[in-house]
Amino acid sequence: MNALRRNVLKGATGAGAVAVAVAAGLITPTRVLAGAPRSAFEAKSLADAMKGMGLPAATDSKDIVIKAPDIAENGAVVPVEVSSSIAGTSAIAIIAEKNNTPLVADFDLMGGTQGYVSTRIKMGTTALVRAIVTAGGKTYQATKEVKVTIGGCGG
Amino acid sequence: MAEPMKIRATMAGDTADIKVLMNHPMETGQRKDAKTGQLVPAHYITEVTATVNGAAVLKAGMGGGVSKNPYLGFKVKGAKAGDKVAVSWVDNTGDKRTDETTVG
Repeated sequence: MNALRRNVLKGATGAGAVAVAVAAGLITPTRVLAGAPRSAFEAKSLADAMKGMGLPAATDSKDIVIKAPDIAENGAVVPVEVSSSIAGTSAIAIIAEKNNTPLVADFDLMGGTQGYVSTRIKMGTTALVRAIVTAGGKTYQATKEVKVTIGGCGG
Repeated sequence: MAEPMKIRATMAGDTADIKVLMNHPMETGQRKDAKTGQLVPAHYITEVTATVNGAAVLKAGMGGGVSKNPYLGFKVKGAKAGDKVAVSWVDNTGDKRTDETTVG
C-alpha cells in the first residue's frame, strides 16, 4: 500500500511539472505533439532550418506541386499553394530560401486532411520556394523559383 | 483583443474546402519604423490549430515569414455539411483567438 502511495505522489508531481512548463510557455500544448520546434523558425539559414526541423535528407519528388507566381510584384504577399499526391502525406513545410529566417510555416495534417495547403508568404528577394513533405516517415521536396520585384521583409 | 477571423467551409464532393483569413499584423521584428528608425517589435502568430467536430485536422507552426493577415486554405476529406469547424491561433505575445463556423 505504501508503494502505491509513493507512485501516486510521483505521478502527481510529474504531471505538475509538465503543467508548470506549459503555463510558463516553455512548451506549448501542440508543440509537444508534433511539428518543427520554434528554434527552426528562428534559424538564419536553410541548412540550419532543415536541421532544426530534425528531418532526414529529402529526396526530390514530382508528386509535389508548388503553385506560386513566376514573378511576384509584391514580396510582402506571395500566394503559395502546395499539393502533394504522395500517399500518407502527414506534414508540409514551406521555406523561402533567401529570407532572413527561411522557414515560413509548417503544417501537420491529420484526420482526413489532404496533402494540400494554401497560404500567403513574405519574400525578401528572388529565391527558391521549397516545399518539404513528410509521408510515411520519409521526406520529399520540390522547389519553384519566384522572382520578387519589391521585397517584403525590409522597411 | 484580437480581431475575429473569417472562416469559410464549403463542401466539394466528399471534401470540405476550408479557408481561413486571420486578422494579425505579423510583424517579423526585423522591420524598421519609417519615422523613428526603431525596429518594430516582433508580433506574429506562432501556432494555428484547426478541428472538425472537435477532432484535430491541422496544426500549423508559423514564423514571421507569413504575410500580414494570414490566409490559410486546406481540404478535409470525410467531413459533412453541418460539421463544426473551429480554428484557433496563438501569437508570440501570448494573445489568442478562436472562431467557429459550420460546413455549408
